[in-house]
Amino acid sequence: MRTFKYIIKRLIFLIITFFIIMTITFCLIKTLQTEIPLGKDGQVEMDRRIALGWDKPIMTQYGIYLRNIFTKWDWGTSFKVQYMQPVWNVLFDRMPATIMVNVLAIAIGLPFGIILGIIAAIKKNTIWDQIISVVIVIFISVPSFVLAFFLQYFVGFKLQWFPIIMSSVYEAGGMWTWKMIYSVMLPILASAFYEIAYFARTVRAELTEALTSDYMLLARTKGLTKGKAIVRHALKNAMVPILPVIIGTFLSVMSGSMVLEQIFAIPGVGSLTLSAMFQRDYDLFVGTSMFYTAFGLLAAILTDLSYGFLDPRIKMGER
Amino acid sequence: MAQQNNNYQHIAAERFRFVQQNEKLHDKELKTKPIGYFKDAWMRFKKNKASVVAAVILLLIVLYAIIVPWVSIFKIGDADAKYAKVLPKLELGGIKIFSGASNMSLNEKYYALIHGIGLGAEDPNGDRTDYTWEAAENAEHNPIVAVHGIITSGVGAGATKSTYRCSVDSYDYIGFEYLNVTPKRLAAIQEYEKETGKKVIYPMIDIFSEDCGDASDADLWYKSNAKLQPLDEDGKALKTLDDIKAAGYTPNYLYKDGELQYQLQRDPNTIQIRVLYCNYYEYVTGHQPVFTFGADGSGYDIATRMAYGLRTSLVLSFGVAAVCFIFGAMYGAIEGYYGGWVDMLLERIVDILWRMPLYIIVTLFQMHLVNTGKASVLGGLLLAFCVTGWIGTASVVRTQFYRFKNQEYILAARTLGAGDFRLMFRHIFPNAIGTVITSSVFAIPGIITSESTFSYLGIVNFNSATSVSLGTMMSDGQKYLQYQPHILLIPAAVIAVMMIAFNLFGNGLRDAFNPSLRGADE
Repeated sequence: MRTFKYIIKRLIFLIITFFIIMTITFCLIKTLQTEIPLGKDGQVEMDRRIALGWDKPIMTQYGIYLRNIFTKWDWGTSFKVQYMQPVWNVLFDRMPATIMVNVLAIAIGLPFGIILGIIAAIKKNTIWDQIISVVIVIFISVPSFVLAFFLQYFVGFKLQWFPIIMSSVYEAGGMWTWKMIYSVMLPILASAFYEIAYFARTVRAELTEALTSDYMLLARTKGLTKGKAIVRHALKNAMVPILPVIIGTFLSVMSGSMVLEQIFAIPGVGSLTLSAMFQRDYDLFVGTSMFYTAFGLLAAILTDLSYGFLDPRIKMGER
Repeated sequence: MAQQNNNYQHIAAERFRFVQQNEKLHDKELKTKPIGYFKDAWMRFKKNKASVVAAVILLLIVLYAIIVPWVSIFKIGDADAKYAKVLPKLELGGIKIFSGASNMSLNEKYYALIHGIGLGAEDPNGDRTDYTWEAAENAEHNPIVAVHGIITSGVGAGATKSTYRCSVDSYDYIGFEYLNVTPKRLAAIQEYEKETGKKVIYPMIDIFSEDCGDASDADLWYKSNAKLQPLDEDGKALKTLDDIKAAGYTPNYLYKDGELQYQLQRDPNTIQIRVLYCNYYEYVTGHQPVFTFGADGSGYDIATRMAYGLRTSLVLSFGVAAVCFIFGAMYGAIEGYYGGWVDMLLERIVDILWRMPLYIIVTLFQMHLVNTGKASVLGGLLLAFCVTGWIGTASVVRTQFYRFKNQEYILAARTLGAGDFRLMFRHIFPNAIGTVITSSVFAIPGIITSESTFSYLGIVNFNSATSVSLGTMMSDGQKYLQYQPHILLIPAAVIAVMMIAFNLFGNGLRDAFNPSLRGADE
């Protein structure tokens, strides 16, 4: 019951946070001065704005905006990026590319990261551990877009293993085809390297702690071999704190990386946000911003809650 | 052990003496110096070799950012479009670290054309006697450094076509240029020539004759046909390189009344001249064209610009870190010290701010403050980072305050009459200082990464003539990644090294300050 109450409390606060951020973004965008072209075009522009209700006070506009969202699920209309298309549809169309790149990046990053972490923890203070630690430091520190440039030059141009930008859906004949996946290998690698390092570091830290704990000693004392003890006890316990991390990463997948999408010309949500920003497509900008915010909030709350579900020692809502 | 003397009963009396007979008994002063918190941390930090190396690298980067703009021959806005995209050139003690040469594939006539630039440069008076291939090969400014290989392919009808894979010096490759100058300017250049003895203006080419293949290419100082194939003295086209090698070049200078012309009057105020561009560059700027890390797509010197970019990054990140250090410490102290509903309220504000994507804040600040001229680009960016930057520090301080505020020494101090402020910053805060410094240091690479990301994406636009960021340099360089990778990869490598160094340095600091590691040296 206490858990249930805690979850409800968190959810309510999540919604409040979401609306506060939405209000701030909406109001700040609406208070921006925008240029009106001179002459006849200016009159057309003015008429358009009045028709859209831009002459009303900002809070009234916000009220209309909210009403449209709640009654019609209408997040406004894109006028610049895709003329007269509902924001929700524009956003929805861009999601597959982002999801594909990030899901594949995690699909590569997760197993490699966990395996490397396990090796590093078991062979602690050996040459293997040191090599893995160096790799972890490098890939955690170097920003993924800097890594992307090196990959683009050395793997893309010099070795010519993978294409340097994503091919179009039309050209590849579908989103989830091998050709498409082949063409996004470089952005996948660029973000996978970070995830490998991140998972490896987390697994190494948790497993090291588990390996030195008392129950491991007990397991060995009662006659388990080292391998069995590690698999049955240490790994199982070490995975408890790692799973929430994985859940959080999976959710943040949706928001993807703006900069990688820009570098590799991926038609995803990130590049959509950038075009909305540069072309001053305000409804779309608010829409994409709220999309990012929503996923950030969801990832955070799910991570927190999963700690409690996975580890009964952590009681949720406890003071 | 067994050999130990356990015979205590029979010890000779003379083996005893009084320790102090005439002295007073008191504590001896400690001979060693006391070890304070920071010294202790420093001693532990020194043992971590990787962190020390990282600290040295960081110091070098900071020194580079501070010193290079002073000593550099280039200023931040110095650009020469002719030298755009030239490659790094650096010689230290006679050893060529960067040669400034790149690999090119040239067909026969372009090979001959580029090969001829050096010979043209050695012919300022148009009176050479040997316009041979060998003379061109030995010329000082010959752009062709080496030929790596020849690829021959048939083009049908028994004819073959050869492509030469050569290493071409990107500086000498620029060669000659036509310039339109005013008479006054021309006089100034001639004055400079007299003073220094350096030749800037080279003989004009007879661009109106039939033997000039391309009237806009100032490198084409020899006779050639419209296909740019060199001609021999009789006006016969030399189709293969072997022919050119045998016949040499035939100059095509402009003579008027038997006199060599150095200028061409276009109209009363414009005179066309032909200059050797590296000498002209020296005349204009007063220094040789040497770009240590090459030049970018607009002809800016990368080495100098990178120092300014590093300055931007460092000033921004240290500024943000300092502001956030102070504000975050105060915020966290108030939260942690008072607890209860104050903490509740302030934590909710943190929750909301922390969930706001950084790019939204930066974009809105840029749109509202920078585009309207209320703040500079850097100022707007600094403010935007400060909006959320302090949260990490605040939460660290808050945790430390919760840990220490109920301890006995605080109660003692309170009993002695210490006020809230004194308790907070004199008694509790020093316990948090190590962790706070560590968290601030860890925040710096994050700020630098974000800043370069935003300027790379163009969300933040630095005015290229007065300020620059590493991100802007990278976004400029991305266009040239395939053939001039240095424009992108040099700033990228510097960022990568800096990030690794910051993280290692931060790791070292954390281990040094972390009290739980105290005395636990492996």
